Amino acid sequence: MTEPLFATKLPETDDGTILFSVPFPAELNAETLAALKAMAPIILKQPYAIDYIHSYGQDSPFFAGLANGRLLGSIAPATGYTYATPRGHDMATGQETDWVDLTRRPAAVHAFTVCYFGSEEFLPECPYVLALIEFAGADTLFLGRLLGLDPHAPTVDWIGMRVGLRFRRNSKFKPTDVYFYPLGAKEE
Amino acid sequence: MRTVYVVSGGVSKFAKARPDTTFPAIVKEAYDYAIADLGLEHRQFLELVDGSVASYFSDHFTRQLMAGIMVQDYLGFCPKPGHRVEGGGATGGICFQEAWKSVASGDTDVCLAYGFETMSHVNTWKGNEFIALASDVSMDYPVGGFYSGYYAMMVTRHMKEFGTTVEQLAHVSVKNHRNAFHNPYSQKHERLTVTDVRAAPMVAWPLTRLDICVMSDGAAATILASEEGLARLERATGRRLPRVKVAGIGRGTDAMRMADRPHQSYETFLKQNLLPSEDTAETRAYYKNLWDHGFRYPGVHSFRAGRMASKQAYARAGIHDPLHEISFVELHDAYTSSEIQTYEDMGLCRYGEGGPFAASGAAFMPNVDYGLEFGNLQSEIRNPKWPVGACPVNPSGGLIACGHPVGATGLMQAVFALWQLQGTIGKHFRDTTLQIEDARRGAIHSHAGTGTYVTVSILEKER
Repeated sequence: MTEPLFATKLPETDDGTILFSVPFPAELNAETLAALKAMAPIILKQPYAIDYIHSYGQDSPFFAGLANGRLLGSIAPATGYTYATPRGHDMATGQETDWVDLTRRPAAVHAFTVCYFGSEEFLPECPYVLALIEFAGADTLFLGRLLGLDPHAPTVDWIGMRVGLRFRRNSKFKPTDVYFYPLGAKEE
Repeated sequence: MRTVYVVSGGVSKFAKARPDTTFPAIVKEAYDYAIADLGLEHRQFLELVDGSVASYFSDHFTRQLMAGIMVQDYLGFCPKPGHRVEGGGATGGICFQEAWKSVASGDTDVCLAYGFETMSHVNTWKGNEFIALASDVSMDYPVGGFYSGYYAMMVTRHMKEFGTTVEQLAHVSVKNHRNAFHNPYSQKHERLTVTDVRAAPMVAWPLTRLDICVMSDGAAATILASEEGLARLERATGRRLPRVKVAGIGRGTDAMRMADRPHQSYETFLKQNLLPSEDTAETRAYYKNLWDHGFRYPGVHSFRAGRMASKQAYARAGIHDPLHEISFVELHDAYTSSEIQTYEDMGLCRYGEGGPFAASGAAFMPNVDYGLEFGNLQSEIRNPKWPVGACPVNPSGGLIACGHPVGATGLMQAVFALWQLQGTIGKHFRDTTLQIEDARRGAIHSHAGTGTYVTVSILEKER
């Protein structure tokens, strides 16, 4: 016998094999084939992971601003409508917006929650406070983390609370590079 | 546009997990039920149906792109026309409306709308992550992306604006769970009290686990037809089919990021968002008073998309007074709070009255004992004419108790609404408790993440 020019048999390996035997009829006949409909399902774990290349596109200056201790919003040049969360174009006029510095504007809690449970990525951080923040002179809000409050004693009275903002020294280039704390809370 | 009839429907049993079968086979269960209820076999129906619309939300949950065509294929519908639609939590409602458009436009005479979701393939916290990816991944998700958290922020604002209470939210949970006790398709069958709801583990303050719907595996299917399609089906079945038509559809949208939602003036609200039923001197004065005290619309407490969808659907269906002209509503109660917010959007009560409306019993089934004493918890809100059972909301149990296999949910609502209007709840549920007496017109409401897409469709029994 001469070896075939190209392999006709796959090599057997252990990698990827997680189960070496599964119950199955010793013989296949009409009866055992029909019985297969009652078989319990095979359920297995399949890993799924990716690295995604994400561009902040026209919003990139916002993240660069956070890395440099500045919170930037957007302003519609024709109307002055101000977005606390930046966007490249204004909803009403359709015009490209300009950047505006919100860093030193008075800010307050508009709405909040305490998350005691969450998505897998954030489970280790629970409980954490999410808050929509309003800025003086801005027409829209900004979503951020609110620190310095007892997450086990929330109250609607937190709404309206004046807050200050603080930046991470080591930027992660995420919107959480800026976060908020109650004004009047003890400085660290 | 041509008149469109909803002819039949089927729903798979919603369950936490269906590892016994694949997603195309779960859809097949719902489809088989729908055609069997017509008295047809698959080969016969294939001769009658012109096309389909498929509905599922997340490619992440299936980890299978082009899942729609896999169902089309499994059902044996190839090579008939079909396509998939997606719009977050509103995917099923959008699917229903796209099937309506297909028939109304004359593209098809008989169209199958089917939808599914299999959310059990990942654990709950990963599922929450997948769902949270339906928020802005640059600005919102990285802050702590969690949809229950987003809705909970809306709740705190609603509480601040209107004095809504957690006990009022809990009334919705008690109602929907209790209703579902009589619905064999529902995932949960629990008799709860307000105390039970509040004592459940806190998920995102002030929402507890019993204020929030669960993830599910499930499917639903419904068949829509034109006059000609209906005649075709009747010739095949040899019987006259009940006439339940789609009297009107509406759809609205809003900004993806809650932070970007506008805070409109009173004048803009009157011009763009006021329902005809609210256009009275008394209600204008009520709203003016809200604005005088700092209220702005929609902010993060209200779903402008839900209001606009309702307004459009009501105009098309000729509804002027929704509370008294709609027999029941199946609405998207992913959260007890979103049901209360939606009462207001749909004009069952005015903005700010959702909490007292929930506690009044108006949205409850008049014949079911919920163990509650109904009363107006906010007596300062004047003129609440809300008798118990005035307009039952989520008589099926809604998402909170039935489950929320996203792509199926809006179609599940259509099927349950159809059975209400056919008067066949007893046949399908093997229990007549949830059959609404003399149901003539029902609204179904489907809603995507924090109110980005909302659909409202009005189904009506022809006299």
